Amino acid sequence: MSTNESTAANGARRDKAPAGERVADWADGRLGIYSLAKANMRKIFPDHWSFMLGEICLYSFIIIILTGVYLTLFFHPSMNEVEYHGSYVPLQGQLMSEAFNSTMHISFDVRGGLLIRQIHHWAALIFLAGMFVHMMRVFFTGAFRKPREVNWLFGFLLFVLGMFTGFTGYSLPDDLLSGTGVRFMEGAILSVPIVGTYLSFFLFGGEFPGGDFVARFYSIHVLLLPGIMLGLVVGHLILVFYHKHTQFAGPGKTNNNVVGMPLLPVYMAKAGGFFFLVFGVIAAIAAIASINPIWAMGPYRPDQVSTGAQPDWYMGFSEGLIRVMPGWEINFWGHTLVLGVFIPLVIFPLVLVAIAVYPFIESWVTGDKREHHILDRPRNAPTRTAFGVAWITWYMVLLIGGGNDLWATHFHLSINAITWFVRVAFFVAPVLAFIATKRICLGLQRRDKDKVLHGRESGIIKRLPHGEFIEVHEPLSQEQLHTLTAHEQYEPAAIGATVDENGVERKVKGSEKLRAKLSEAYYGEESQIPKPTVEEYKEITSGHGHH
Amino acid sequence: MSSQDIPEENLPAEQDAHGAVGVADEKDPFADPGLPPHEHRVQDIDERAARRSERTVAMLFTVSMLATVGFIASYVGIPHDKSIFVFPIGHINALNFALGLTLGLALFSIGAGAVHWARTLMSDEEIADERHPIEASPEVRAKVHADFKQGAKESALGRRKLIRNTMFGALALFPLSGVMLLRDLGPLPGTKLRHTMWRKGLQLVNMNTNEPLRPSDVAVGSLTFAKPEGLEEHDEEFQTEIAKAALMIIRIQPDNIKDKRELEWSHEGIVAYSKICTHVGCPISLYEQQTHHVLCPCHQSTFDLSDGARVIFGPAGHALPQLRIGVNDQGYLEALGDFEEPVGPAFWERG
Repeated sequence: MSTNESTAANGARRDKAPAGERVADWADGRLGIYSLAKANMRKIFPDHWSFMLGEICLYSFIIIILTGVYLTLFFHPSMNEVEYHGSYVPLQGQLMSEAFNSTMHISFDVRGGLLIRQIHHWAALIFLAGMFVHMMRVFFTGAFRKPREVNWLFGFLLFVLGMFTGFTGYSLPDDLLSGTGVRFMEGAILSVPIVGTYLSFFLFGGEFPGGDFVARFYSIHVLLLPGIMLGLVVGHLILVFYHKHTQFAGPGKTNNNVVGMPLLPVYMAKAGGFFFLVFGVIAAIAAIASINPIWAMGPYRPDQVSTGAQPDWYMGFSEGLIRVMPGWEINFWGHTLVLGVFIPLVIFPLVLVAIAVYPFIESWVTGDKREHHILDRPRNAPTRTAFGVAWITWYMVLLIGGGNDLWATHFHLSINAITWFVRVAFFVAPVLAFIATKRICLGLQRRDKDKVLHGRESGIIKRLPHGEFIEVHEPLSQEQLHTLTAHEQYEPAAIGATVDENGVERKVKGSEKLRAKLSEAYYGEESQIPKPTVEEYKEITSGHGHH
Repeated sequence: MSSQDIPEENLPAEQDAHGAVGVADEKDPFADPGLPPHEHRVQDIDERAARRSERTVAMLFTVSMLATVGFIASYVGIPHDKSIFVFPIGHINALNFALGLTLGLALFSIGAGAVHWARTLMSDEEIADERHPIEASPEVRAKVHADFKQGAKESALGRRKLIRNTMFGALALFPLSGVMLLRDLGPLPGTKLRHTMWRKGLQLVNMNTNEPLRPSDVAVGSLTFAKPEGLEEHDEEFQTEIAKAALMIIRIQPDNIKDKRELEWSHEGIVAYSKICTHVGCPISLYEQQTHHVLCPCHQSTFDLSDGARVIFGPAGHALPQLRIGVNDQGYLEALGDFEEPVGPAFWERG
C-alpha cells in the first residue's frame, strides 16, 4: 500500500468526521492532546464533602483575579493629593489621595463598581478562610504524608502569600483604617535591630507615609504576589492530578486504588457547577453585606484614627501578638532594642512555620517511607490531632488578643483582664487543648473498638426470663467492621541494640534518643488503644459475653 | 411522586451483587468485602423521574438566563445613587443590591443546574482506578543516574576546578547588582526620625479651627489637638510632617502634676504631648478627664499625662515625649524648642 493511498483514506475519513472531532484531531497533531486526555479524561475523583474545601479556595482565587482586573481599570495607584468632587456629599471638598478618590469613584460613580469591589474583598476573605480550613482538613486526615509533602508546602506558601496579598490589597484605598494598618507595619519594621530604620525608609521612599507606598504596594499586590501565587496554584493542581486524590478507608478502597467518579462527565459537572455556586454565593453576599466602607472612614491622616480598628481576619493573630506583648525596651550604647515589638514580629512567622514543618517532624518520628493514599480518621492519630487542635487554639487565643478592645466593649469586660488572660492562655491553652484532644481521641478509639467487638447499640431493651434487662447490640456489617479496623497502628520505635555483635558499645546519638522518646509519646501505650484483633472478635462473637 | 409509583418491571432485582468483589471471610471478619453493590437511583429505573430531573435542570438554567436579563435591566434602569430600605439590612444602594442579587442568582442557578444534572442523571456508579508508585522503577532510576554521570563527566566540571570555582564566583556575585539597584528606593534615615517641625517660637495652632491657641482656650478637662504654625493641609509634606508633629494639649491643675519636669515644661498647667503613640505610631485620641489617662485605640497602650505620660498599661515601651511650651508676646501658646527625644515608635538608633 502506498503512502498516498493511506493519506487519501485518512482525508476521506476526516471529511466525514464531525467538526469537533476534526478540531480535536488538528490540535492533537500539534499539541498531542490525546495522550494527555487518555490519562485524564476519565480520571477518578473520590467523593467526600471535605474535598470541596480546596475547590472553594481555587474558585475564590479565580473570582479575585477576574474582579481584580476589572478594578485596575478604574483604580489610580497614586498618592497625589486631590480634592473630592464626586457624588458622595459628606466628603465633598475634602483632601485625599488619588487612590482614595478613585476608590470612591469606583464605589459611587461606576455602575456595578461597588459590587465588584465588594465581591473582590469578600472573595479574598473567603479565599483565606477556605485555605485555612482546607489546610486543617489536610492536616487532620494526614493527607500531607508521602508523597504529598511538597504539595503541603505549596499550599502553605499560598496561605502565607495570600495573607500578604490581602494586606497590600486592603491598604491600597489609602483610607483611615488601612493607613493605620500600614503605620503599624512601619512601626514593626522600625523595631528590627540594626537595619529596621533603613528598611522602613527604603520601603516608604523616606519618612512615613511619604508619597510612594500605594504605588509600590500596588505592583506587589497586582503583579508580584499574584504571579507567584498563580504559579503555585498551577503546581498545586498538577500535583493533585499526578498523585491522584486521597480517599478515606472503606470497602473496596485500598492504598493502591482510587474509587470515585470519572472527571468526564460527573466530576466536571459537579466541580464546574461548584464554581458557579461559589461565585453566586459571593455575589449575593456582596449585594447584601457591605465590606470596607471607606467612605465611612474617610481618607488617611497620620494624626487621626477611629476606635475599634481591626485588620482583616487573617491578620488578626499578628494583631493579637502585638497587643498582648509587654512593652519591653532595652537601651544600651546609644541603641534601642525594641523587644516589645520585635518579639511579636519574630513570633508571627513562627506561628505559621510551626504548622508548616509538622509533616516533616511526623515522618521523621515514624520513619515511614511508604506512600499513603488512605486518609486517617483524626481519632486514629491522637497525637497529631492533639497537636493540630493545640495549634488552632494558639491561633484563636491570638485572634482574641487581636480583638481585645471589641471583646471588652461587647461583653463589658476589663481590657486589662482580657490582655492578661491572653498572655497566660498563649502558653497554657495549647497545652490544655492538647491534653483534652488526646483524651477525646482515645475515648473515640475505645468506642470504635467497643462497636467492633460488641456491635452497635440498638436502643432495644430486652428483658430476660430471669428478669434481667439487657440492651440488644446489633453486630456491624462486614463493611463497617473493615472500615473501623482498616487503620494501621505504629509500634513505638526502639533505640536498638546499644552493644553490637562484638560486644562493643555503640554511642547513641542525641537525635536517636529524642526520636525514640517522641515515638513513645506518639505510639506508646498511653497514646493509642490497640485495635481489636480477629482473635478477640472471635472469642466474643463465638458465644458467651455477646451483649 | 414516591417510589411506589415506579413500574414493577423497572425495579432492580433483589439480589444485585454487582461490584461485590469479596465474600464474607470465615478466617478474617475484618477483611475488605470489596466495593458495595451499586444502588440504583429512582432516575435510573424510572424514566418519568429522570424527565422530572431534566425539567428541573432546564428550569434552573432558564432562571439563570432570566436573572442575567434582570442584571442588564437593573444596570440600565436603576439610578446609581438610589437608596432603598431592605429589611433587615437597612438602607442600601439599590443598584448594588439589584446587580448583586441578579448576578448571584444567574451564577448560582447555573451551578445548581449542573450539580443536579450530575447527581441525578449522570452515572453514579463508582469506578476504581489503579494507583502506580510515584517513584521510578529501579531500571529508570539507574538509567537517569548513569545519564547524569555521563553528562557531568562530559562537562568536565568536576575535573577542571578552575572553571567550576570561577563560575560559582561569577554566579554568586552578579545578584549584587540587583541589590545595589534597590539603594535608591529611599533616602538614608540620617537623623530625620529625631526631629520634627517644632522649633522655638512656633505657635501652637488648633487643628480644628486653624487658629493659634491662647491659654484661655484650653479648659481643664478638655483635649485639644494642635499642629505647628505654618503647616497647612495643602502642603506637599503635610502628611509626613503631621505624622511626627501632631500634639495633644490638656490642662491639669498644677498641683495635680506629679512629675517635676512636666510641670516645668508646662504653662499654667497646660501640657503638650506628642499625639503619636510610642508603640507603633497610632495617633492617641481617647482621654479620660478625671484620671488624665490617654488610651491609644489601636493597641490600648495607656499613658498617665499627669505623671510625665509614663506607660501604665499596654504594649508601649516608653513615655510620650513632651513638648516644652510657653506664651509669646501676643499671648499665644508657643513651642520653646523641638521635642527633646524622637517621637513615635522606637527604633534601633533611638538610644
